[in-house]
Amino acid sequence: MIAIVDYGAGNISSVKKALEHLRTEAQVTFDPAVIAAAEKIIVPGVGHFSRCQSLNGNLRLSVLNAISGGKPFLGICVGMQWLFEGSTEAPETPGAALFPGECSRFPASVKSPHVGWNQIETGKESRLLKGISSGAFVYFTHSFRAPIIEETVACTRYGGAFSAAVERDSVFGVQFHPEKSAETGLKVLENFCAL
Amino acid sequence: MPSERLAKRIIACLDVDAGRVVKGVKFQQLRDAGDPAELARVHAAAGADEIVMLDITATSEGRKTLVETVRRTAHDLFVPFTVGGGVRTLEDAARIFDAGADKVSINSAAVSNPALIGEIAGRFGSQAVIIAIDARRGAGPADTAEVFVAGGRTATGKKALAWAREAEERGAGEILLTSMDRDGTGIGFDCELTAAIAGSVAIPVIASGGAGNAQHFVEVFTAGKADAALAASIFHFGNQHFGTNAVAELKQILLDHGIPMRWPC
Repeated sequence: MIAIVDYGAGNISSVKKALEHLRTEAQVTFDPAVIAAAEKIIVPGVGHFSRCQSLNGNLRLSVLNAISGGKPFLGICVGMQWLFEGSTEAPETPGAALFPGECSRFPASVKSPHVGWNQIETGKESRLLKGISSGAFVYFTHSFRAPIIEETVACTRYGGAFSAAVERDSVFGVQFHPEKSAETGLKVLENFCAL
Repeated sequence: MPSERLAKRIIACLDVDAGRVVKGVKFQQLRDAGDPAELARVHAAAGADEIVMLDITATSEGRKTLVETVRRTAHDLFVPFTVGGGVRTLEDAARIFDAGADKVSINSAAVSNPALIGEIAGRFGSQAVIIAIDARRGAGPADTAEVFVAGGRTATGKKALAWAREAEERGAGEILLTSMDRDGTGIGFDCELTAAIAGSVAIPVIASGGAGNAQHFVEVFTAGKADAALAASIFHFGNQHFGTNAVAELKQILLDHGIPMRWPC
């Protein structure tokens, strides 16, 4: 069973729907006991980084314990940004700091939010992006983005390059929405389910 | 190699009346075009980048089916899905999101209660709120275009440019601009009005109304500065310009004109 962590960050039914389509059992939850019992964890999210504050309560320990125990974890959109140290969108809300750096707003030279289909540039070995070619299109909708770091396995160029996917051991994050990225997105979720 | 350019989006629109897809010409003369869930899947498989479903049901009895239609349509759809037409309150929006929509499109309800934009954006995020503007300017310049509500029947006295800016300030994530002068005519989008709106807001603008052939899409993405273009009848019924693979054929033509598209799709 995959636990989809519901921390009040908008609509998350589409992630569950995509997993059902892949015939994977999933449960939307904010119960630390369910998270502890799950085989894998997904933290979805759209909207404001300050919503992650609710991930910093008693959920934080159960999620971080699961991650340190080697349980596969996937953060989507704001759920990926939470893996970093924080975001200038809500400086008072700390991230999980599993990846170095801070998320920041797009430069004024490009329209923001970045909404629509854009390409990911891959190259490094990645379990999450296995079978997905460089240049594939995925769906984004966000105003803040994560920096390029050593663990970046896919980048996208919009007002400069940013991390479209990060990966270290069994911790994964995607800035795009795999549940809204047609066949390419379903392949990402399928890879995660198959871990 | 990936470029800095975000793909322009082709959005298929399903006008739904009591659970069935129809398409009006200038908001009248409806024709039945099929089941929304089936058509949405067909369009997505053919390469549509998003699906918009607009409920144009006039009777309250017919409107009760909307949430069920949304749920059925969203079930096997894995591209962004927007629903409009039945959203008057935050609770309406919550029901639509719960049924599986990613965005709601609000028109009349936002004009009569602009605070609704901020309420929905505050709870579900700006990316989930599209403000639909039905505008008419006749032979006047773009800055005289006026906002109409109630399916194009009621003039509001609001200017389209000012309303688009206000909607953005209140938290809208995108503007869906329909030219009432062009809607259903097939003579092309109102590029001048689209460019004027796109130039006055920083959020994406979806152009609608008037698509008849591929050249019209080329024009709205270049001269019209649109981020996305929406069409219905051109995809549902086919016409002299496209075969059954309408979206893919259209995208190929746009790529040939140097317009960035999600491809292959």
